[in-house]
Amino acid sequence: MGGSILGNRVLRKEDPKFLTTGGVYVDDMLDEPLLRGAVHVTYVRSSVAHGLINSIDVSDALSMPGVIAAFTGEDLGLEQIPSPYNPMATRTLLATGKVRYVGEPVAVIVSETREQGEDAAEAVIVDYDVLDALVDLEEAMASTNLIYDACGSNVVFDSMVLGLPDNTGDAYFADCEVVVKGRYINQRVAPCPLEVRGAAAAWGTDGRLVEWLSTQHAQGAVAPIAAANGIDPSQVHVKTPDVGGGFGAKIGAYPEELLLGVIAKRVGKPVRWRETRSESMVGLGHGRAQLQYVTIGGTRQGKVTHYQLWAIQDSGAWVDMGTILAPFMTRPMSSGVYAIPNIECRTTSVVTNTTPTVAYRGAGRPEATAAIERAMDMFAAELGMDAAEVRRMNLIPKFLEPHTTVVGQTYDVGDYETSLDKALEAADYKGWRAKQQAARASGAAVQIGIGISVYVEITGGVGNGESAKVEIQDNGHALVYTGTSPHGQGHATSWAMLTSEQTGIPVEDIELVWGDTDLVPIGTGTMGSRSLQQGGNAVFAVSGELVNKAKAVAARLLEASEADIVLDKDTAAFHVAGTPAVSKTWADLALAEKQAGGLAHSDVIGVAGATFPFGAHVAIVEVDTETGKVRHIAHTACDDAGKVLNPMLLEGQIHGGVAQGAAQALMEEVRYDLDGNPITSNLADYAFISAAELPSVTVVHMETPTPVNLIGAKGIGESGTIGATPALQSAVIDAVAHFGVRHIDMPTTAEKVWAAIQSTR
Amino acid sequence: MIPAPFDYKRATSAAEAISLVGQYGDDAKFLAGGHSLLPLMKLRLAQPAVLVDIARLQDLSYIRDAGDHIAIGALTRHMDVEKSPILAEHAPLLAFAASHVGDPQVRHRGTIGGSIAHADSASDLPATTLALGATYVAQGPNGTREIAATDFYTGFLESALAPDEMLTEIRVPKMNGATWGFQKFNRRAQDWAIVGVAAWKRGTESGVALVNMGSVPILATSVATAIAGGASIADASKLAAAEAEPQSDLNASAEYRVHLSQVLVRRALESSSH
Repeated sequence: MGGSILGNRVLRKEDPKFLTTGGVYVDDMLDEPLLRGAVHVTYVRSSVAHGLINSIDVSDALSMPGVIAAFTGEDLGLEQIPSPYNPMATRTLLATGKVRYVGEPVAVIVSETREQGEDAAEAVIVDYDVLDALVDLEEAMASTNLIYDACGSNVVFDSMVLGLPDNTGDAYFADCEVVVKGRYINQRVAPCPLEVRGAAAAWGTDGRLVEWLSTQHAQGAVAPIAAANGIDPSQVHVKTPDVGGGFGAKIGAYPEELLLGVIAKRVGKPVRWRETRSESMVGLGHGRAQLQYVTIGGTRQGKVTHYQLWAIQDSGAWVDMGTILAPFMTRPMSSGVYAIPNIECRTTSVVTNTTPTVAYRGAGRPEATAAIERAMDMFAAELGMDAAEVRRMNLIPKFLEPHTTVVGQTYDVGDYETSLDKALEAADYKGWRAKQQAARASGAAVQIGIGISVYVEITGGVGNGESAKVEIQDNGHALVYTGTSPHGQGHATSWAMLTSEQTGIPVEDIELVWGDTDLVPIGTGTMGSRSLQQGGNAVFAVSGELVNKAKAVAARLLEASEADIVLDKDTAAFHVAGTPAVSKTWADLALAEKQAGGLAHSDVIGVAGATFPFGAHVAIVEVDTETGKVRHIAHTACDDAGKVLNPMLLEGQIHGGVAQGAAQALMEEVRYDLDGNPITSNLADYAFISAAELPSVTVVHMETPTPVNLIGAKGIGESGTIGATPALQSAVIDAVAHFGVRHIDMPTTAEKVWAAIQSTR
Repeated sequence: MIPAPFDYKRATSAAEAISLVGQYGDDAKFLAGGHSLLPLMKLRLAQPAVLVDIARLQDLSYIRDAGDHIAIGALTRHMDVEKSPILAEHAPLLAFAASHVGDPQVRHRGTIGGSIAHADSASDLPATTLALGATYVAQGPNGTREIAATDFYTGFLESALAPDEMLTEIRVPKMNGATWGFQKFNRRAQDWAIVGVAAWKRGTESGVALVNMGSVPILATSVATAIAGGASIADASKLAAAEAEPQSDLNASAEYRVHLSQVLVRRALESSSH
């Protein structure tokens, strides 16, 4: 028998499609019978950040070419919907009474073509009483100018409402020999998936609503769509075509998507909607947006004894998922990889007149990592110690039994020092330090910076298992149904590998079904790096059970005892042990079971908990000290994601993760003017990183399997981003540290770096 | 990201294009490579009623040795400017600058004439041709005229071209062995310059122009005058922003732009003294 397929560099089976004829995205669904005759939906968006709506006049728009209908929130009778995270905050899906950010939908145009819709949207006249816009987080926190009056404050969530204590201020550090303080901005960024949001909706002749959605979680969209349309969830059928990226921002369904059924019903026709990039930059949720007050204290020898973090989370103009990332993701991970005996962490979430924040690749963990890693660097700098050595002194020692930190978070397994050692060695840390010394001694304009980060994060923290079904077709091929939802990760390949490992059916004969809520009613989607450890784990387990079922069928056909049946995975055929000449293929068994409903198995497979992948990154930059320009010249990533299923997919996740991490550290930032107008609402103004700004990434292998699932896998989807960002930021600061610079906020643009150098002169 | 409605006319000759634009007046715009105009139209910052497409006028795509200068047809693509052996020999600064416009897709579509006629001070080629002392040829209903680059740029996205005039040729003096440097400072490889510098030097003679240091491309005459007077490059480059009126924007403060222009002018001239 051949070896296991698991752990091999299997080429992505979905790539020939994506590289040739292309995927089929929502907007490509031209042959769908239910969408025949579909008309186009265009949303009219608020042009002011904060204001009372006096009137909305759609009469001019209605008379424009191709316009079929125009509706306001009042026309549609929309009701106030409370936020799941703070029910005192309510909104209507089209703004009524008040607008709270530029880009908020206020009315809708239905037209024969998209272009007509865009023209008509310009003709809608909205009369506002403009209110002062709150863009600055701390100003909003203190202001009596309320974005949601019923909340009584712009603070919409605080860790203290969970019964957690407040921070105790400077008194906490009374016993520390060395104390360092910082105020760090973890800036707002835009997820920027290549495919912007899109959806289509049609009412079937059976009275059910079918909605095609570019989403990470079709099953999660069913209930909100049902609620928005006033129907029972059983009457909603969500389908997910190919999805061109999500990065967390496509987890939840948005107002523009929830309203499509309502609009389709009003006009009596199926409808399509696709936003433009400019709309997406203000309408798709943003990420990060955290302000951090950090104090770190310890001994002169470098031992950290106290750490205090106040994370102030910008919720944007709606109490969306971003609100709860600070208390439920940042706070639990505030200790990072370090054994710090005393930690205080308060989180406060604040609404502002900006685009609502949601999950974005890492979602709360990058913020936790950035805070502690920056604090470690500043602590090391204060002591004049090497950043790697201070980290090493404070790391939690290797543990293979669960370890609980002082903030109460339990990690599964960890070996942080080994990951640090591996990364430092692969990066030639000592060599770069020598080059840095030489550059400093020479006084050259271009200086070298070296940044380190050691991180641990939570993956698979969403959901406690996943559904899977494997069904054998007449020709012996397999259909795998999964409750996860690929949008770039390569599930079609990975899940096929897992089923192939169990069944012997070749990867190319295994197809994946996902994101269709009739075919896969149970699913938690793809988010939080959960897919492989929960969805893949379920596919693996269910495939194994299917083999057992198949053995019973084979035993019947071969007139043998079930215990004597073996599966030859090389030929994907069953036979009686010792007599391989007489065998039954999967097709034979499927045929035998056809009358009985076919050969399939489905189940929901639980996992024992979340996993805590970890690793270390070393970033090398060159900084032109005359201009402040940063060049990211080398990057080493040692990410331990447990048992690796397909190293090629793992490397792809790391490369992409490092790119997005570097983007935040070096250049990307969503910005607003003082009136709350977005000034980075296209990809020319928003500094979306490109390959030209990135080095090749050196990926260092490390595998510490987790015991919490069958396949030993932890998540890798977000690790690269979490590890890379602080390493890059640190490297930039390190390059100019000899001038006396201790901190530069992200993004470390050339001007900021230059200004930091100037400030020391 | 969807343009306002417009009419589209395709011209088969320069004369026809000029006549069409004359017919529609201020509401009409020439469309060449479309890489400056179409993004503005998609953002609805420009809403011309009529586009007169001149992109297929193949006879306006050429690079010729014309004795003391090189003549470049207005519809020559950036990629052809970048790769031209004639320019490599006689005006390498221009070829090099063209290789920094946008990204390869942009350079295969965008044209030198379109870039200059668009008169964006943040674009690379207006300042580069200004530094080189270029002359532009415009064709109107009553024939052609020459406009010196120094007289061409009259304001933000405004030029000396009349609405019914079409830029047809760019005449770049041969560099005759001058050394040169081009410095483009940006966030990302494909971005517009935050500040750019095109410079050449031949003995005490020099030409220096700045990208994105005001509403028009800036000829840094103080630098050239200082060099002509025997100043060192380091000293002369301190005068880089003397003629400039830099603005603060999303990407840089005015103060930082001034600093960058000084560093970049020095580097451009130093590389040209090799």
